[in-house]
Amino acid sequence: MPSHFETVKQESRFLRGGIAEGLADPVTGAISEDDNKLLKFHGSYLQDDRDIRDERRRQKLEPAYAFMVRARLPGGVMTTAQWLAFDKIAGDYASSGLRITTRQTFQWHGIIKRDLKPTIAAIDAAMASTIAACGDVNRNVVCNANPVESQAHEHAYAWAVRLSEHLEPKTRAYHELWLDGEKLIGEEEVEPLYGPTYLPRKFKIGLAIPPLNDIDVFAQDLGLIAIVEEDGRLAGFNVAIGGGMGASHGDPSTYPRLADVIGFVLPEQLLALAETVIAVQRDWGDREERKHARLKYTIDRHGLAAFKAELEQRLGFALQAERAFRFDHNGDRYGWIEGHAGRWHLTLQVESGRLLDNEAHTWLSGMRELAAIHKGDIRLTCNQNLIIANVAAADRAAIDELVARHGMDGYRRHSAIRQHAIACVALPTCGLAMAESERYLPQLLPKLEALLDRHGLIDAPILLRLSGCPNGCSRPYLGEIALIGRAPGRYDLRLGADFRGQRLNQLYRENVDEAALLDVLDQLFARFAGERAAGEHFGDFLLRAAVLSQPRLIPLKVSA
Amino acid sequence: MNAALKSPQLDSTLDADKLAQLARLTSGLSPADLYWIAAYSAALAARLPAYAGLAVVGEPSAVPAGQAGERLSIVYGSQTGNSRRVAEQLAGNAEAAGLLVRLLRAGAYPLRELAQEHHLVVVISSQGDGDPPDDAIGFIEFISGKRAPRLPQLKFAVLGLGDSSYPKFCAVSRELDARLIELGASRFSTLGEADVDFDSTAAEWSAGVLETAREVLSVPAASARHASPLHAVSAPPQHSRDNPFPAAVLENQRIVSRNSDRDVRHIELSLEGSGLRYEPGDAVGVWPQNPPALVEQWLSTLKLDGANEVEHDGRRLPLARWLSHERELTRLTRSLVVAQATATGHGDLQRVLEPGQQAAFARLLESHQPIDLLREFPTSWDAAQLIAALRPLTPRLYSIASSARVVGHDEVHLTVGVVEYAAHGSVHYGAASAFLAATGDDTRVPVFVEKNERFRLPADSSRDVIMIGPGTGIAPFRAFVQERQATATSGRNWLFFGNRHFAQDFLYQAEWQEALRSGALHRLDLAFSRDSAQKIYVQQRIREHGRELYAWLREGAHLYVCGDSAHMAKDVHEALLETIAIHGRQSAADAKAWLAELLQQGRYARDVY
Repeated sequence: MPSHFETVKQESRFLRGGIAEGLADPVTGAISEDDNKLLKFHGSYLQDDRDIRDERRRQKLEPAYAFMVRARLPGGVMTTAQWLAFDKIAGDYASSGLRITTRQTFQWHGIIKRDLKPTIAAIDAAMASTIAACGDVNRNVVCNANPVESQAHEHAYAWAVRLSEHLEPKTRAYHELWLDGEKLIGEEEVEPLYGPTYLPRKFKIGLAIPPLNDIDVFAQDLGLIAIVEEDGRLAGFNVAIGGGMGASHGDPSTYPRLADVIGFVLPEQLLALAETVIAVQRDWGDREERKHARLKYTIDRHGLAAFKAELEQRLGFALQAERAFRFDHNGDRYGWIEGHAGRWHLTLQVESGRLLDNEAHTWLSGMRELAAIHKGDIRLTCNQNLIIANVAAADRAAIDELVARHGMDGYRRHSAIRQHAIACVALPTCGLAMAESERYLPQLLPKLEALLDRHGLIDAPILLRLSGCPNGCSRPYLGEIALIGRAPGRYDLRLGADFRGQRLNQLYRENVDEAALLDVLDQLFARFAGERAAGEHFGDFLLRAAVLSQPRLIPLKVSA
Repeated sequence: MNAALKSPQLDSTLDADKLAQLARLTSGLSPADLYWIAAYSAALAARLPAYAGLAVVGEPSAVPAGQAGERLSIVYGSQTGNSRRVAEQLAGNAEAAGLLVRLLRAGAYPLRELAQEHHLVVVISSQGDGDPPDDAIGFIEFISGKRAPRLPQLKFAVLGLGDSSYPKFCAVSRELDARLIELGASRFSTLGEADVDFDSTAAEWSAGVLETAREVLSVPAASARHASPLHAVSAPPQHSRDNPFPAAVLENQRIVSRNSDRDVRHIELSLEGSGLRYEPGDAVGVWPQNPPALVEQWLSTLKLDGANEVEHDGRRLPLARWLSHERELTRLTRSLVVAQATATGHGDLQRVLEPGQQAAFARLLESHQPIDLLREFPTSWDAAQLIAALRPLTPRLYSIASSARVVGHDEVHLTVGVVEYAAHGSVHYGAASAFLAATGDDTRVPVFVEKNERFRLPADSSRDVIMIGPGTGIAPFRAFVQERQATATSGRNWLFFGNRHFAQDFLYQAEWQEALRSGALHRLDLAFSRDSAQKIYVQQRIREHGRELYAWLREGAHLYVCGDSAHMAKDVHEALLETIAIHGRQSAADAKAWLAELLQQGRYARDVY
């Protein structure tokens, strides 16, 4: 029997449901649970301030409801004018500045119900959208953000945009609800790819350009690895399918999974490839149990070979053999980098991607000032950082001065582990969080830094990923060190991913508190300091030293 | 037909004639009708003092309270839905086995009925650090709290769901099980504990519970319980305005958010043992004590010693006691202005007392408390003269915010706007609201019940009611809606409420939402004045919905207004006149006459202050 939400989608008249009525209900700051799930397709959903949930219950008030709104920003690229518009939305309607997500876009928190429509309308007026930023559809398409190979990046970015547009839902509901678009009367709505029930679950596409895996291409449902010839020409893409991070505590039928590379396509085959992978998932995905609905489970249920055969049969051609590729790492390169044609790019580190004005730094005012003088564009990365892109050499000094004046030059001073830390939002707004994440990172980092310093490892780059729950927004299963929330102050400690996003980590300690975490890590740092080989990364060391067992290299396959 | 059904053989206090009438009346009725009559009789009985203890007509439940003995209540506290599913499964099986079952989420469980519950199954998970699911917090708090009733009648079974990798595995269910035993209840099945893979444990436990339940519940419990005479309560001492009852404070809860610029408290007082009875519409009189800080300000301003005894009217009390318990310190009176003007000889003060200066004098009374006058126009006061010049402290009346039918006569609820503001360089307090806001577990509040016969729900329960109660004017309407729900009236209820901010000041928001869901409230129109550039008040909503409001009135609805008399009541009255004139196509004079007639008939009642 299809899950309840499948029925809701079916009856939603292409994502309308009762959203309009819910928004108009003055008695509550919320909308109904079903409508909230539909609202996700429009790029927003309801949250509440969990810090005061119990206080308000005692006050006989409903929870402090507010909406999260997420933009659709393929490849994370925006103009300075767009930046200013997004900044103004944060000031006018949101409660906690701008938040760079781990999928290269912005989200805003704390938008109350009556401000939801003006917010989405303002995003639209800034030539962006929120459609399909969440929901059971293809989400924001992410794309390598590092501009070292600038021309290849331009190609890849162009493909990310084409994919994003091609796979967008076609329903008119978005215009009706948010942009005062005219209601369809008599005309039949068409959703040629998705159909009335859309996908069984979210679908993520990412595009990487070796040697940089900054988007974690193997964590995507559909990962594309650009193959660039020596002359800079884009030959095509290796195709990887079935990646995904989410899992549930205590449920072995859910698990993180890395994508399998199944072949290679030419650029002109890319749209058909993406559309067909989605179509097979649409038809084969589990619509009864949502927690088994991601593509990774579909593939494991049917077998990779069967999935590939179906894909090729529907495509009408066979995928070519995969091309050789090599990734160096999945982080960002901080500081200035020279691209082609004498243009320069500056990558700044933003802790947890949160842009706020406070005593330590004034990100919002700083970037506002920068947007007024900067002639290039601005890019967001999947590691929650930002890039001031396309700067003429002559303009660098002025930007450096501005960046320093606003305290945005932390990348110059940060320890190596701090430079490689990612945290999801978690409490107080995320309804799924079981423990702190973004708010815990600034408390945890100094303690880790003290340990690393003691062992002479302060310059050792280690991927640290914090997550408030096992669902994986911060891609925690790809952290060399990862903390996954179990309860307030308690985490699962996972260790041993590689530095390139090609090996999952392993559970090392279950449900432990900070003291236990630090104790374990202290011992492991001591061994790492004493026994590591030159250039060896922490995760690789833990395997070589047999602290962790060797993972199975071939993903578990279950025949149908 | 069931006319052939034999009358039940029960010992009865009714005479043969009444019994025969009853048999005629009940002949041929369906079980639903018969249960309705049982509930109706129970509700009638609850109105009689000697039977008040049986007033258990809480939220409408599928089964009348008299059926509690034969019924299995299954309550679940669920965060992720697992406990709910286990409970639903059990309820389904129990129903299939022919048992009378009611299934409730913990948040919807009528806590008042716990004392009458006979067979209770709870399936509840423990979250994180041993916390109950959000929806079950109130349920758990009530049972573990000091107001939980003794439960000697109760047989129960608890199943906990948890995750054994947490240190406090199944803490909630363990504590609940122990607490129920502590309250005198007994287990009819052992405490179950299910880990993450709960299915098999839960199924096994549920099967055991079902088996026991079938044994325990198979015999229809005798209704004789209700037929046997209850011991009469001996007549309590009469408490009144002059002999107030010292009420314990059961709850003192702020009910506006942390960001509100006002403070409003929901106060629950215990009337247990007072013999006091109240009805919706009545008020509670509170004898306040002046804030200690204010008494301090008086003593230091006047340079008087609070410990010095002062004799007045044949009584000797320390000055501080006179000031805190006996004298009005927060309301300026003409006599005090006169005394102060005479003592200081200050021209400004003497001028406002002159004939023709009424407006200036009124402004002075409104903008000043006595302490401001003492500071602005300093003079020395003799303690005895001061006590003689000050007016005796008087009680403050608060409209009752609860229905005794729902909370019991042992308890009364108030909605108190805390008066506290800065003026003339210092903090000013309202006497009673500051007193009530500062109450705690050890405070006793001297109270009495002030009847208000002019503010009563319609005797004809099929009439609709329209309630207009912005701000703390909401209080009596909380009582009204509780009462109308408890008595299962057929008339509709329409509430207008307004305040400053939706997110901060929506008094009893969660309760109104529940009332709308359950059908206890039919319409709710809201006006939040500070949420938009243009201020919106309830009178605007009255105008917007004028056509419908007029239709309700034409069909016999009763109309009630409660709250601020200075502005709101006048503005609302104007809006009503306008609405009647427009939608009733009447002249202004006719509209006025019609509304006056409604007032005369008691169909338009006001409780304004």
